[in-house]
Amino acid sequence: MAEILFWFIASFTIISAFFVVLNNQLLYSAIALLFTLFGIAGLYIYLWADFIAGVQLLVYIGGINVLIIFGIMLTNRIASVRLSQTNIQQGLGGAISLWLFIIVAIVVTKTNWYQVESLEPTSTVRGVGKLLLTKYLLPFEAVSVLLLGALIGAAVLSRKTN
Amino acid sequence: MDHLNNYLLISAVLFSLGVFGVITRRNGIAVLMGVELILNAANINFVAFSRFGGMNLDGHIFALIVIVLAAAEAAVALAIVINIYNNLETINVDEASSLRE
Repeated sequence: MAEILFWFIASFTIISAFFVVLNNQLLYSAIALLFTLFGIAGLYIYLWADFIAGVQLLVYIGGINVLIIFGIMLTNRIASVRLSQTNIQQGLGGAISLWLFIIVAIVVTKTNWYQVESLEPTSTVRGVGKLLLTKYLLPFEAVSVLLLGALIGAAVLSRKTN
Repeated sequence: MDHLNNYLLISAVLFSLGVFGVITRRNGIAVLMGVELILNAANINFVAFSRFGGMNLDGHIFALIVIVLAAAEAAVALAIVINIYNNLETINVDEASSLRE
């Protein structure tokens, strides 16, 4: 049962990712991105990363995707002539990304990865919180300063110039 | 579901699709969506290696930091895109090529 559900989530994620990059309507792409991010949150749960899955739902789906939909609605002219959303290099770009995928797939399947058996933890929140405030305190603080900088920068960039 | 390679291959597919979107899309926001796919593919790899390398939580911290950086990047990029739209009345990246008016 869990196995079937895993393959369902994986194919769901990949098919909606195809919709994201191939759809001509930008708003449909954004909605497909929402489903892709949902699928990735499901994969995180299969990887025992409950906290990351929650953060994915909150930040990506609740924040970034809504921001992208806002951006589309603010910059789309409804009356304008509908042009093609892709440039003329679609064939070449497809070839390059297919080649990239084949290379990565060969590397993934040929390499003998380091693997250790482990027990499923009841929750990762305690461990993640401990690491954030001890071993990774400096990156944590640096990221919070960067978020403040991005906030001020976005506000300065988007205000009306007079 | 209990094999590392499954997750790595799913993430490889997402990464290639993201690269395809970044290369071929004309609209700036669609390019941004491609970048989000690439970042998510990297995140799946971090969490998968963390899970199969003995449940080491360092990978989770790295994934969290990537998510925060993606949020910051999306906010700044959308501010820039809206500015370009106000100045040039287009957000197609192949048309918005002038550095000044």
